[in-house]
Amino acid sequence: MVVLDINALWRRRSKIRGGVHPEPRKETTADKPIVTDFPLPERLYLPLQQHLGQPADPVVRAGDKVLKGQLLAASRGAVSASVHASTSGTVIGIEDYPAPHPSGLPTPTIILEPDGDDRWIEGDEETDPFSLTPDELCARVDRAGIVGLGGAAFPSAMKLNLGWRTRIHTLIINGGECEPYLTCDDRLMRERAAGIVEGVRIMLHGLQCPTALIAIEDNKPEAYSAMADAAKKHGRIEVVKVPSLYPMGWEKNLVTHLTGKEVPAGGRPTDVGVLLHNVATAYAVQQAVRYGRPLISRVVTVSGEAVESPRNIEAPFGTPLSELLAFCGHRPERTARYVMGGPMMGDHLPHVEVPLVKRTSGILALTPEEIQAADARPCIRCGRCVSACPVGLLPLEMMTRIRAGQLDAAVGFGLRDCISCSSCSYVCPSRIPLVHYFKYASGELMAHQQAQQKTEHTNRLAEEKRQRLERAKQRRAQPANKGAGS
Amino acid sequence: MSKVYLPVAPMSRAEHPVQGIMAQVMFALLPATGFGLFLFGWPAIYLFLLTVLSAVLFEAVCLKLSGKPASLFLWDGSALLTGWLLALSLPPWAPWWLGVTGAGLAIVVGKQIYGGIGQNLFNPAMLARVALLVSFPLEMTTWVQPAPLFSDHGPGFLQALAITFGGAGGIDGYTSATVIGHAKTELSQGKTLTEAFANGQFGLAGAWLGWMPGSLGETSAPLVACGGLWLLRKRIITWHIPLSLLGTVAALASVFYLIDSERYLGPLWHLGSGGVMLAAFFIATDYVTSPGSPRGQLIFGAGCGLLIFVIRTWGGFPEGVGFAVLLMNALTPVIDYYVRPRIYGRDYKGRPLKMPEGKE
Repeated sequence: MVVLDINALWRRRSKIRGGVHPEPRKETTADKPIVTDFPLPERLYLPLQQHLGQPADPVVRAGDKVLKGQLLAASRGAVSASVHASTSGTVIGIEDYPAPHPSGLPTPTIILEPDGDDRWIEGDEETDPFSLTPDELCARVDRAGIVGLGGAAFPSAMKLNLGWRTRIHTLIINGGECEPYLTCDDRLMRERAAGIVEGVRIMLHGLQCPTALIAIEDNKPEAYSAMADAAKKHGRIEVVKVPSLYPMGWEKNLVTHLTGKEVPAGGRPTDVGVLLHNVATAYAVQQAVRYGRPLISRVVTVSGEAVESPRNIEAPFGTPLSELLAFCGHRPERTARYVMGGPMMGDHLPHVEVPLVKRTSGILALTPEEIQAADARPCIRCGRCVSACPVGLLPLEMMTRIRAGQLDAAVGFGLRDCISCSSCSYVCPSRIPLVHYFKYASGELMAHQQAQQKTEHTNRLAEEKRQRLERAKQRRAQPANKGAGS
Repeated sequence: MSKVYLPVAPMSRAEHPVQGIMAQVMFALLPATGFGLFLFGWPAIYLFLLTVLSAVLFEAVCLKLSGKPASLFLWDGSALLTGWLLALSLPPWAPWWLGVTGAGLAIVVGKQIYGGIGQNLFNPAMLARVALLVSFPLEMTTWVQPAPLFSDHGPGFLQALAITFGGAGGIDGYTSATVIGHAKTELSQGKTLTEAFANGQFGLAGAWLGWMPGSLGETSAPLVACGGLWLLRKRIITWHIPLSLLGTVAALASVFYLIDSERYLGPLWHLGSGGVMLAAFFIATDYVTSPGSPRGQLIFGAGCGLLIFVIRTWGGFPEGVGFAVLLMNALTPVIDYYVRPRIYGRDYKGRPLKMPEGKE
């Protein structure tokens, strides 16, 4: 308990920097229960890559009959995640299909035709998670194909493994959900608090870590009380309120706010002994470890003013987003823009004939009034972007440098530390798409770096070849030296 | 600027467009302006309208010449605001050509030749005011006693036309010095402040209420401050520049007043008279020409305050605000270069923080 008190002290001391107060727009979905009887679509599209890292390797072929929860594609390497059948049916092909990405480019996808039975594969018996060793626990999480459900989609087993090995003193469960519109985590915490808390306990057990803090923004009182009730019995878990200030859900913000520790640039929270997981991930871990259920569905927020009855839906992965929208009364003629995720950091989708994937926290159909597209005006140096930046960057200076083509100067102002949270663009009175500049510049730098590496590689090969030829020439010139040591 | 309807995050925006900001600033100026116009009557009203209108006209011509869309830029209100601030800093009965020349200097030299809104190095209104002061010192320091609208001794509608357009500004019996100018003159003649204020022409209450000679909009400190506080409340400006500017002036004035109250004006005189309030809330806080980071703004405000006090006390000109702001404007890029916020996970020099023991 002493540890908790120290944490509380830190919380009072550490000031949050920057941040903005976007209009929450959560009220339309926050009070409706999660829809769990969403009808199975005619086809499910399961991309092989729904996570960070290597795409999964398919282990089925077209024509195979599969059961719900059956492995379809196995994780490849350490940073990867398996893909499972979201329902029972027939694999009708593995081919390219548009992925939910701004580019709309197709990616290898398993196409599954449900048979309507929705029959589970024979699974493991219900097990007591606390009888497992950390290694067995990580293996189970890995087998279930769980990735971070907050949006980053980093394979969870990898993170748990890393955390266990680097000795974590605090596990932070991120229930911040600071993006406007999104309420899927809020609803999950209200309706399945017990499952989440058990998931947190399982993680604590797996990490051999003494404490967990569940951080919930203070604009979700119902979620807070549900979680606090569920966690009451477990002394090592504390549910804490954090201010609702975007981007509170940024993991480093949470680390600093809750523990007073600052993650060094280039480091990870584990470097200061903290590991973060999202609430939905904790729930998925509980389902996987206790019941042996792989990650095959998630709760997703369907919202936006072009949707007549916005709500949260628990839907199987692979469901076309268009069907989720249609289910909620989508009005395409009113839609100016589709967004996957929240409006601040989410991706623009060119169309919605793309599947629900593990990292899809929301699908929004926004009207022209909601997106407020406007012409950019010249910067008036009002400094709002500086005050809003949670990282402490000078967005206006970076933008000026990038426009002048001085990318290195922009790096000097902290371009590489930008987390693309969009707070600066949000507050800009001149409507300058600041984040867009930063993403562009980062992309350019990356491309430049790759080109440079390639050149260096080529030069090195050429140099090696030259040396090889040189040596060969010498050997031919001095046959006497042969055998004297090459 | 190019059309930006790019589908990039964020997909929603805060409601605070540029025009809105300019409109709020002008709204905040209304009480002080209204009182100034009332106090100095028709000549002041003519001058105000002339200055503001010619500023907008000069802006329109410049936009036309540079091929920028007037629809996007003229209506942002920045030229209007520049003209407004300039008018407030002029002697209320200045002749028409002073206002028009000032507006031209502010918009053309102070803003458009740098490339328009957001590009200028110096505050356009202050640049114009200082240029006028240096070029036309007589007209720029011809102050009048308050002669309110509809009062007996105030000039009427037609009489005012003669003052503004006929160059009859320096009518005998109306002209006077400002508090700070008067104090300075008397001190330079070896008198003490007690002797200088012995005739009762200047009272501290008058200085604060604005009932004494001075520029059109600088006379009533509380009304200016009210507008400023409203801007603070609306988060149009932050507290950094006003507080550090006023704080520095007050602190320096207090120290010297305590050292020798016969030679140095007290802090209340400094804060209540001249353009200090206007500078603190409306001029030094100009976004374009002040630093972007909060710490930089503190330094900038303190620098303005220091220079205002130094110029007022020991400088050759009676008023220090214009010069102080311009000098600090020139330092803004330097401040912005050296004073940056600390980046998360890095120290002030931009190096990554040290990893905790035992971690790689």
